Amino acid sequence: MTGLRLILNNISHAYRDLTVLDDIGLTAEPGEVLVLVGPSGCGKSTLLGIMGGMLRPSGGNVSVQGNVAEDCLNPLTYVFQDFSLLPWRTVAGNIALPLEARLSRQARAERVAEVLALTGLTEFAKAWPKQLSGGMRQRVGIARALAVRPACLLMDEPLSALDAQTRDLLLDEFSSIIARAGTTTIYVTHNLSEAVRLGQQIVVLSRRPGRIRATIRIDRPIAGRSARDPDLLEIEENLWRMIRDDAAAAERERVDA
Amino acid sequence: MPDPVRFRGRGFAPQDNAWASAGTLLGLIALWQIGASAGWIKSVFLPPPVAIATALWHLTVSGELWKHLSASLLRLGIGWVAGTVFGVGMGLAVGLWSALRSPIMAVVAALFPIPKIALVPLFIIWFGIGEGSKIATLAFGVFFPTVIATAGGVDNVPRGLIRMGQSFGLSTGAIVRTLVLPGALPAILSGFRVTTSIAIVLLVAAEMIGAEQGIGAFVLSAGNLYDTDNLLAGIVVLSVLGLIVAWGIGRLEKALLGWR
Repeated sequence: MTGLRLILNNISHAYRDLTVLDDIGLTAEPGEVLVLVGPSGCGKSTLLGIMGGMLRPSGGNVSVQGNVAEDCLNPLTYVFQDFSLLPWRTVAGNIALPLEARLSRQARAERVAEVLALTGLTEFAKAWPKQLSGGMRQRVGIARALAVRPACLLMDEPLSALDAQTRDLLLDEFSSIIARAGTTTIYVTHNLSEAVRLGQQIVVLSRRPGRIRATIRIDRPIAGRSARDPDLLEIEENLWRMIRDDAAAAERERVDA
Repeated sequence: MPDPVRFRGRGFAPQDNAWASAGTLLGLIALWQIGASAGWIKSVFLPPPVAIATALWHLTVSGELWKHLSASLLRLGIGWVAGTVFGVGMGLAVGLWSALRSPIMAVVAALFPIPKIALVPLFIIWFGIGEGSKIATLAFGVFFPTVIATAGGVDNVPRGLIRMGQSFGLSTGAIVRTLVLPGALPAILSGFRVTTSIAIVLLVAAEMIGAEQGIGAFVLSAGNLYDTDNLLAGIVVLSVLGLIVAWGIGRLEKALLGWR
């Protein structure tokens, strides 16, 4: 397996007086898909921001272990919920963005062509983001992330802005892309079906302040999984039982606010 | 008997019509000419379009129009470019760095409302009666709206895009070049529309105060002589200049913002 081991030690975080994360400790093994689930507002995205160095935690530390491949240009790479594509660049231009000033023009073109093919976007290379559907835009987001050959992918609810059908289709593609790339992947979602479909380690966070409530391991390869597999359905049901009361309480808090 | 559902979604979707625009202008000019020919409009107060066109023709063939126009275009070009370059630079600084944001915006807020024409005498004292004072007036008038438009444009670049750039390890320079500037460009170009109009107004004002050549000086001189044909010919030239500049900015927007 390639990829980094990502280690979180006693992570806490607060926005002024509001504690959102409390004493989070976990390890994502190289090549493993770790899924973070929990009710709205439990600090999943905040934790992902801390993991990738985009947020400074109030307490604790994040470290990585392992060797990064020579051609890796950005070891910890995000895939964003809102795609974060530049509307003034074509699909190929968006994918090339993180490669600029790091690779020669030819090497850049080769790598862009490679990830376009991997994500089925070759014929859309010259399209503008506004011309693409939500699902296609997120494919571009994935292609851009893969173009830097990451050692760890950090995916923040990458399918939540999409309709249910597109989500199901992309989920299948994600699982095969992630399995092929073999990178460590941290996947944040509130969708439990996605969690059991992709996760090898599922970390359940409690409602605010987010604490680790349970860790579930699924020792089956991602490839070949279906969200309708009986064992996965049972795990999904267990996860829902764990989260349901917290999710309802979080929803009430949001209404009160 | 079921009642048909009445359509209620009409209107509130205005659309441009180039023929209507051209037809309106041509219709007004025709009415004006008819009014003058019929004697309803006295030509000493408002000469007919044909007289203005004739005056323009004479100015063109005699070379006088180009003499004044070239002087004006030079001032306009230098003053606008100077004000724009400094304004965009300062606007970017305001939009990007907290340390500069409040100090610069305090100065801009204090100086922006001053009518720049009132500063022409001061600029004449500082830079002399020659080109310096006129160009400084234009640059000063262009600078402040450009700072405000650019800073607003930078503020409106989605922070998510900048975080994306940071997450990929782009340098500050690369983020400014590839994310901030293109993201702020629509606002900067909208600012150009405003600043070019301001620049033309200030150009005429500055040339009326202290110049021998230039469209402003020509219009003032024609007015002093009650030469309304030439006076209005000068005004037509200014109007056409404004139209050409607006067209040029439109082309620039089309070329640079085709992705919208």
